[in-house]
Amino acid sequence: MKPITYTRLQMPSATYFSRLAVALGVVAVGLGSAWYMEHNGHWVTGMDNQTVWGMPHVFAVFLIVAASGALNIASIGTVFGRTTYKPLGRMSGLLAIALLIGGLSVLMLDLGRPDRLIVAMTHYNFSSIFAWNIFLYTGFMAVSGLYLWTMMDRPMNRFNKAAGLLAFVWRLGLTTGTGLIFGFLIAREAFDAAVLAPLFIAMSFAFGLAIFVLVLAVLYDGAGRPMAGYLVRRMGRLLAIFVAAVQYFVLVQHLTSLYAAEHAGVERFILIEGGAITALFWIGQVIVGGLIPLIMLLGNKDNLTLPRVGTAAVLVIVGGLAQVYVIIIGGQAYPLELFPGMTETSTFFDGVMHTYSPSIAEIGLGLGGCAIAATITMIAMRMLDFLPADLSDKTVNPHHKS
Amino acid sequence: MTECPTSSSRRQFLNAASVLGAGMVIAPGVTLHGISEAKAGLPRVSSKVRWGLLVDANKCTAECTACVSACKIEHGLEGHGRVKTDAQWIRKVELRDRGSGRTQSLPVMCQHCDEPPCVDVCPTGASFKRADGIVLVDKHTCIGCRYCMMACPYKARSFVHEVTTGQKSHSPRGKGTVESCTFCVHRVDVGRQPACVEACHKDGKGAMTFGDLKDPNSDISKKLVAHGGVRIRGDLGLDPGVRYQGV
Repeated sequence: MKPITYTRLQMPSATYFSRLAVALGVVAVGLGSAWYMEHNGHWVTGMDNQTVWGMPHVFAVFLIVAASGALNIASIGTVFGRTTYKPLGRMSGLLAIALLIGGLSVLMLDLGRPDRLIVAMTHYNFSSIFAWNIFLYTGFMAVSGLYLWTMMDRPMNRFNKAAGLLAFVWRLGLTTGTGLIFGFLIAREAFDAAVLAPLFIAMSFAFGLAIFVLVLAVLYDGAGRPMAGYLVRRMGRLLAIFVAAVQYFVLVQHLTSLYAAEHAGVERFILIEGGAITALFWIGQVIVGGLIPLIMLLGNKDNLTLPRVGTAAVLVIVGGLAQVYVIIIGGQAYPLELFPGMTETSTFFDGVMHTYSPSIAEIGLGLGGCAIAATITMIAMRMLDFLPADLSDKTVNPHHKS
Repeated sequence: MTECPTSSSRRQFLNAASVLGAGMVIAPGVTLHGISEAKAGLPRVSSKVRWGLLVDANKCTAECTACVSACKIEHGLEGHGRVKTDAQWIRKVELRDRGSGRTQSLPVMCQHCDEPPCVDVCPTGASFKRADGIVLVDKHTCIGCRYCMMACPYKARSFVHEVTTGQKSHSPRGKGTVESCTFCVHRVDVGRQPACVEACHKDGKGAMTFGDLKDPNSDISKKLVAHGGVRIRGDLGLDPGVRYQGV
């Protein structure tokens, strides 16, 4: 293996700025959506007093979870010493920060009072996992920044391993914290489960890697630069392991829930009678996001070409969004049971399955968050040396003989 | 060095201006402090008291919504004709036993838990519990994240989805923040009963009793001793201040 050299994002200015303009256009759509929601109040969205968290939260949670997963590539190189992934460490750190900022932007802009961000930064209730997450998220950005510094500044290289370990531990904490936002909700039958923490960690591995694979494919294969088949196969196999882990934890989550008679109702709702939620669970989450990628990635390893791994990554992302939707929206759709054994009715929708249709503004805000992540990535890559100049076998395959 | 007269007069002017300026800055504060001190003439909120509410479901009828109407008037809860987003601080829930088919009707509002999950999860501490057990939202520090609504097992909280009109000075509301039953804290602090309880006795069936759960001689305590009372979702261990009889 030869020493790694890095370059900036190289493409004609016209191409670069036109793509950047598209990303900024979507950011503008997101900001416009947030302004529309804030100006009119949340009644213009699909969210209400029954489904209090909606599409913005689906996007935000997806991006935040994917952010910590994106950092995993760097961890594999630094902490676990896999030389194949070492050249990708810088990109990994950058994507992690960008995705997190994108996700947090959505979360923040959906607040009823986004103008009170300063209140959220100055008033802390330490019995709230939400407050802890504020530290976990800002800390993650700081730790990832430090990690990048140790990767990109030669005198700092000696701290790289320590920073990598810190980042790895921190990202586990971050995803645990995100999972526990739901896991700590004793009130809702679909949540209130400790298994949500490891499930979210597995989800982060899968979603983060899937996004990373796609970014890599666009930047290298899409630009006609060689991308080692060895690297593609390794990432394909890794993605399969992560997807299998997600499916495993989903299985454990539902089996545990099914075993308790009190949760039979909510399980019946998610798995059988939930209409769109049930369809998203089986078709989106299990088949599109789980079984098909697994079948594609676990066959003959020689078949693991970039188109195949890339397609599987797209399916994992689509399935992942479906999964987060099922967790957040499906979990709220099932009514709270105040008096077990009784049928409840009221003017406040007690006892009925809550319906939710996302508004255009909510989807716009969510896509805006994705575009913020894309914009940060594009600008940073254009300004600093994030990209390995060469991703051919010579650089990434430890078994390569020249 | 001798001072020129202009310099001296300028200094006098600046001194006078700064005294006047300081006075203008401090005076309103002193006045407000005075007002707050005047209000502090009320009995201090104390943990020696725990306010609670007892609902006798045997007396409550499905047709009667006196408590709901009184709450809306008392707190200026004007709706916008949008049932899914309009606030409801108290609602009548109709129950039907799946086995026997027996039906009942009772009001459900913030249960003013001793271990309120809304307070635990609130990131900024805007949701808080007073020493006397009343759970409130500080509208100045609520950022509208709605995590408390996700955490409340009683669906007792509403998010203000749009601009509010007809607000009452004792019950401020704000678009983008969360709100719920306050146990009519503005009344309780001056020794009155919550509006729903008053209406229940005046226009309803007298199914509601409000009082101090820690005072063994209060009506509510005596009724609880005599006939017991259940907590909604008592299994969660939140120890709500609202109890029900006949459920």
